[in-house]
Amino acid sequence: MRQTVIPFGPQHPVLPEPVHLKLSVEDEVISEAMPAFGYVHRGLEKLAEVRDFNQMIYVVERVCGICSVLHAMCYTQGIEEIMGVEVPPRAKFLRVIWSELHRIHSHLLWLGLFADSFGFESLFMQCWRIREKVLDIDEATTGNRIIVSVNIVGGVRRDLSTEQMDRILSDLKEIEEEVRRLESTILTDYMVRKRTVGKGVVTKTQAYELGLVGPTLRASGVAQDMRMLRYAAFDELDFEPVVETDGDCFARSKVRFREVLQSIDLIRQAISKIPEGEINVKVKGRPDGEAISRVEQPRGEVLYYIKANGTKNLDRLRIRTPTFANVVALVTVLPGMWLSDVPVIVLSIDPCISCTER
Amino acid sequence: MFKMTPNIIRNLVSKKATRRYPYVVRAPFENARGEIFNEILNCNFCGICAAKCPSRCIGVDKKAATWSCDPYACVYCGVCAEACPSGSLQQKWQYRAPVKEKETIFMKGEIKKAEPKVKKQESDSPD
Repeated sequence: MRQTVIPFGPQHPVLPEPVHLKLSVEDEVISEAMPAFGYVHRGLEKLAEVRDFNQMIYVVERVCGICSVLHAMCYTQGIEEIMGVEVPPRAKFLRVIWSELHRIHSHLLWLGLFADSFGFESLFMQCWRIREKVLDIDEATTGNRIIVSVNIVGGVRRDLSTEQMDRILSDLKEIEEEVRRLESTILTDYMVRKRTVGKGVVTKTQAYELGLVGPTLRASGVAQDMRMLRYAAFDELDFEPVVETDGDCFARSKVRFREVLQSIDLIRQAISKIPEGEINVKVKGRPDGEAISRVEQPRGEVLYYIKANGTKNLDRLRIRTPTFANVVALVTVLPGMWLSDVPVIVLSIDPCISCTER
Repeated sequence: MFKMTPNIIRNLVSKKATRRYPYVVRAPFENARGEIFNEILNCNFCGICAAKCPSRCIGVDKKAATWSCDPYACVYCGVCAEACPSGSLQQKWQYRAPVKEKETIFMKGEIKKAEPKVKKQESDSPD
C-alpha cells in the first residue's frame, strides 16, 4: 500500500476558518490525520495585560465571529463573580434572549455550511436566508448584527421595549415556520442521509473519555449541557438537553436542528417571564481574585479562567473554547474513513478555528 | 428524494429575497451603531472618551483643544458616545460612507473658559 500525504489545506471551500489537516491516505482510505493550527492566532489573551478589564469585554467578543455575545457573557459573569456583583433579573433574561438568538443564527449558519459540504447548495442558501431574519432582529435591538456589544460588567447596555419584544415574537413565528419547512429535507432527504449516516461514528464511552463537548457529545448519547448549570436566567426557564444516540454526522445535525427549535422556545419563555426592573448596576472598584466561568456556546462548553490582582488590568485570562476539545474527535474518527467523507466529518464537529486560536 | 423541489418552484414565482442595492436602500435601524461624530464646539476635551475606548482610536489634547479619531481602528462599539459627559460625542444610525482616501478625523475646537463661581454669601443661609 502506498501512502500519500494530502493536505486538507488551510484554504478549503468548505471550511469557515483555516485549519490544516495532514491526511495520510492509502488508496482513498485515511490512515492518519494530523492537525496543525496557528493561521488565525491574534494573541488576544496577551492583550489582557494592556487593556483594562472593562475594555477587555470588547476584545473578548471579537474572539469568535459567530458566537460573540456568549464570550462576552462568560467573561462578564466571571468578573461579576470576582467582584461580587449581583446582576438585576431583567438583565439576566435579556442576556438569555440575545444568547439564544445567537445560538439560532450559529446553528443555521452551520446547517448551511454542512449542506454546502456535500453540494446541496439550495439548502445552504435557504438556511442562510432564514438566518438573515435573525440577524435583522439583532440589529434592530442592539445596533449590530453579530458583534453586539451589549454585555457590560453589571448587566446589559440596552433594553428591549414591549414593541421590540412583540416584533421579536412575530419574527420568531416566521422563522419557526420556515425552519419547519426545511425539516423534512434535513431529516429525511435521501441525499443528506446517504452522505451522513454512519460516517464519523463516536461511541458514548469514546465521547465521554475524549472530553468532547457540545452537540458532538450530545449526539453520542451523553446528556451534558452547560445550561444545566442554571446560570443567567436558566434557573427560571424550562430546559432539557437535546440528546441523540447514534453518534454519527447525521445525529449531530439532528441535535443542532432540534436545538434551533429549542432556542426559539426558550426565547418565547424568556419574553413571557421577563420581569421589570433596571438593566444594570453601577460597578465601582477593581477586581481582585480568580474565577472560573462556564457557558454553553453553540459549539459546546467554553471555560474562562480569570485572575485579577487589584489593578485595572487582569493578571491572566485563559479561554478554553469548545472546538479545542472537539478536535480530538477528528483525530480519532478520521482514520478508516474515505477521503471524500473528510469535509463532511470535519464540518460535523462545527469547527470555529478563530475561537480555538484566539 | 425530491424534498427541496416544491421550495425551488415556489421561489421561482415568489418575490426575491434580496434587495436591488444600490437602487433600493434600506433605511438604517433605530439606534444602530454607525459613525462617530463630535460636535467640537460643545466638547470639553476631558479625555474620557479616549480613556474608555477599547481600540484606543481617539486622541484628545486638552491644551491644544484637538480631538482626533481613526475611523479604521474604531470598532463602533459606542462606549465613547455613552460616556461623553457633555453630550457632544454622538453616534449616528447610518454607517460611515465609503471614501476614496484614508484619513484620520481631526477636529480643532476651543476651550471654553470656566464661568466665574458665584461666592456663597454667609448672610443668605438661614440661621
